[in-house]
Amino acid sequence: MTRTDMTRVDGTRRGQNRSGVTRRPQRRRRVGRGLQYLALSAYLVFLAFPLVWLVSTSFKPPPELVRLHPTLIPDNPTLGNFVQAFTEQELGRAAWNSIQVSLASALLTVLIATPASYALARFRTRLGTVALGWVLLSQLFPFVLLIIPIFLVLRQAGLANTHAGLVLIYVVWALPFALWMLQGFVRNIPRELEEAASVDGANRLQTLRRVIFPLLTPGLVATALFAFISAWNEFFFALVLIKTPELATLPVALARFVGIEGTARLGPLAAGSLLATIPSLVFFAVMQRRLASGSLAGAVKG
Amino acid sequence: MLDRVNRRRVTRRLAAAALAGVVGLGALAACGGGSDDGSSGPVKLRFLSLAWQKESLQANKDLVAKWNAEHPDIQVEYVQGDWNSVHDQLLTAFEGGDAPDIVHYEAASIGEFSKQGYLADLSGLLSDDFKGQIDKGIWDTATFDGKVTGVPFLLESQVVIANKKLLDAAGVAVPPADGGWTWDEFQANAQKLTGPGKYGVAWALKSPTNRVLNLALNFDGKYFYTDGGRTEVRIGDAEKEVPKRIHDMLYGSKTASPEALGMSGADTLPGFFAGKYAMLPGSVSLRQQMVEQAPAGFEWVTIPPVKGVSANQAANPQTLSVAAESEHQKQAAQFLEYFLNPANMAALAKGDWLVPTGKQANEELVRATGGKQGWDVAADSARDLTVAPFQMVDGYPEWKLKYATPALQQYFANKITLDQLGTQLVDGGKQVLR
Repeated sequence: MTRTDMTRVDGTRRGQNRSGVTRRPQRRRRVGRGLQYLALSAYLVFLAFPLVWLVSTSFKPPPELVRLHPTLIPDNPTLGNFVQAFTEQELGRAAWNSIQVSLASALLTVLIATPASYALARFRTRLGTVALGWVLLSQLFPFVLLIIPIFLVLRQAGLANTHAGLVLIYVVWALPFALWMLQGFVRNIPRELEEAASVDGANRLQTLRRVIFPLLTPGLVATALFAFISAWNEFFFALVLIKTPELATLPVALARFVGIEGTARLGPLAAGSLLATIPSLVFFAVMQRRLASGSLAGAVKG
Repeated sequence: MLDRVNRRRVTRRLAAAALAGVVGLGALAACGGGSDDGSSGPVKLRFLSLAWQKESLQANKDLVAKWNAEHPDIQVEYVQGDWNSVHDQLLTAFEGGDAPDIVHYEAASIGEFSKQGYLADLSGLLSDDFKGQIDKGIWDTATFDGKVTGVPFLLESQVVIANKKLLDAAGVAVPPADGGWTWDEFQANAQKLTGPGKYGVAWALKSPTNRVLNLALNFDGKYFYTDGGRTEVRIGDAEKEVPKRIHDMLYGSKTASPEALGMSGADTLPGFFAGKYAMLPGSVSLRQQMVEQAPAGFEWVTIPPVKGVSANQAANPQTLSVAAESEHQKQAAQFLEYFLNPANMAALAKGDWLVPTGKQANEELVRATGGKQGWDVAADSARDLTVAPFQMVDGYPEWKLKYATPALQQYFANKITLDQLGTQLVDGGKQVLR
C-alpha cells in the first residue's frame, strides 16, 4: 500500500479528522450553528424589546418620557406611575375581574370543545362537515355587526352588565376556533389505541377517559391558552356590556389612560400594562409544560 | 400504554376543572351589576365622563362626590369612558336602550345622535340664567334642527407654544395676550428662528383636516357651502390660503420641519424641549405637557392665535347631554346646572387645561391663576371661537376620513399640487354629499 504525501501517518488526509469527516464541513457547520444562534438571539431581542421598553417606560418620570434621545435605564426611576395607575383606575380590582372572566372562559371553552371536537373528528358525517364549515364561516362576522343583537339578547336574559354574560360571549366567540383546533389534535391520536382499549374490555367512556383525554392534554392546554388570552385581551364586548365601574376588566381600565386623538398618559399606561401582562405570563408558565407534544411517538408500531 | 396513576390524575384534574368552571360561572352570574328597579329610594343617574387627565379626573370625581353629599335624593354614578371608543359605546347603548343618563362628548359628534333622537332637547330644561352665561355662537354648535342637545362647556383653541430662550436669542418679542401675530409676522418670525439643524416651527399634521379647516376660518375659508338645501365643497382662494402657507413654510422658506408632518402634537415635544423646534402651533391644552414634562429650567410662552383677516377658529366644544330615554331628565338637567356653574366650570377647565365656555367661569379662571401659564391667552382666545360650516355637515366625518385627510397628507408631503388638492377635496365632497 502506497501513501501519497497528502496522507498522514494516522491514515487521515489533510483537512480530515480521525473519524473520517473533513474539517471544512465541520467548520462550516460550526459557523452555520453560530449564525443560527445569532439569528435566534436577534429574534429574541426583537421579541423582548417591547417588554423591556415597557418596563423602562413604567419607571420613568414625566420629563424622561419626552426626551429626544431616550435612555433604556431611567435616570431617576420612580414608582409614581404605578401609584397613579392603581389609585386612579383601581387596576387591582380590574385585574381580579379579568382573571375570573378569563379563567372561567378558558375552562368552559375546553369543557365544551373537548367532546364536540371528538365527535367532529371521529364520527365523520355530512353534518360534521357542514358544522365545521359553519364554524369557520362564523368567524367572518365582524364584532360591530353582532354587538347590538348580542346586547339585546343578553339584556333580555338578565345577563347584561354581568361577568357571566361576558363569559358567555367569550366562550361562544372562542369555541369555533377551539373546536377546529382541537379536532385536529383528536385526529392525530391513532384509532388503533381506542381499538386496543376496546379489545382490553374498556367501554367508550373508559376509553375516552383513560386513553383519549390524557393524550389530548397538549391540545387541551393549547385550547385553554387560546381561550384565556382571547378573553384576557378582549376590549370591545367588555366595554359595551359592562356598565358598572366595579365590574370593568383590565383592557377597559387601561384604555382610560388614553386621551383624545391618540394622546396618552404614557407613564401610568405603561405601568398598568406591565402589571397586566403578569397574570398571563404566569398562566403561560404554568401551562406551557403541558404543551409538550410527541407523547404518541412509538405508540403504534408497524 | 399509559401509566394508570397518571391517567387517574389527569381524569381527576379534568373533573375538578369542570366543577370549577360550573361553580365559577355560577359565582360570576352573581357578580352582576344588578338593575335599578327605580321603585323607591333616591333617583339614580349614570354619568359617562370622558375626563382622562389626572387633574381633570379628580375635579370631576370631586364635584360628583360633592353633589351626592348635598343631594341625597339624586345620586350620580360616575362612569369613566374613553375618547377612542365612546362613539361605539354610545351607539350600542342608545340602540340597546341602556344609555347613561348624562353623556360627555363633543359638539361635532353629537349631531348624529341628536338627529336620531337619542338626545333630549335641553332648551326647556335649563334655566335662562344658566343659558345666559354661554354665548349664543357657542350654543349654536350644539343646536341641531332647533334642538339644544348638549351643553357646551370646554373649548379648545389653537395657539402657539414657543421656546422663550430661542425667541429672546432671535430677538423675537412675545406679543400681548390680546394681540397675536398675523400669519405674515408668524412666518417671518419662524424664519428668524430657523438655523442649521433647527426649525422655527413644527407643524404636527398627522391628522391635518380638522386643524386646516379650523385655521381656514382665519381667511374666511369655509370649504362647505350650502345653497337651497344642497351642500357642496368649494375651494377658492380663501380655502387655499392656510394649506398654501403651511406648504410654503415646509418647502419654500424651509422654516417648518418636514419630519413633524407625521406626528401628533405630543410627538413633537421631545424635539421642542431639545430646542430643535422653536414654536409649536397646537391646542391650548398642550400647556399641560409643558408644565408636567418640560425639563427643569425650560422656559415656554403661549402666543395668542395667529390672525389672517380675523383670528376666527372653529369651536368644537366638549358637551354634556342628557339621553332622551332617561327617565330623570329634569334631575339630570338640575345636575348639569350644578356641575357647570361658573366655579365648577372653571375647575373643570383648569383640570383639562381648556377654555371654559362660560364668561364668568373664564373670568374666574384668569383671576384664580393670575393669567399665568398662558391662562390669559387661553381666556382671550375664546372670543374668536365660532361655529364653522363643516361642523354642521352630516357627511363631514366620511369626507374627512376618505378624501380630505389623504389629500392633505399628499399635499403636505409635496406629492400633489395645490390645484390637485382642491380637485380631490371637491370630488370627495361630490361623493359624500350626494
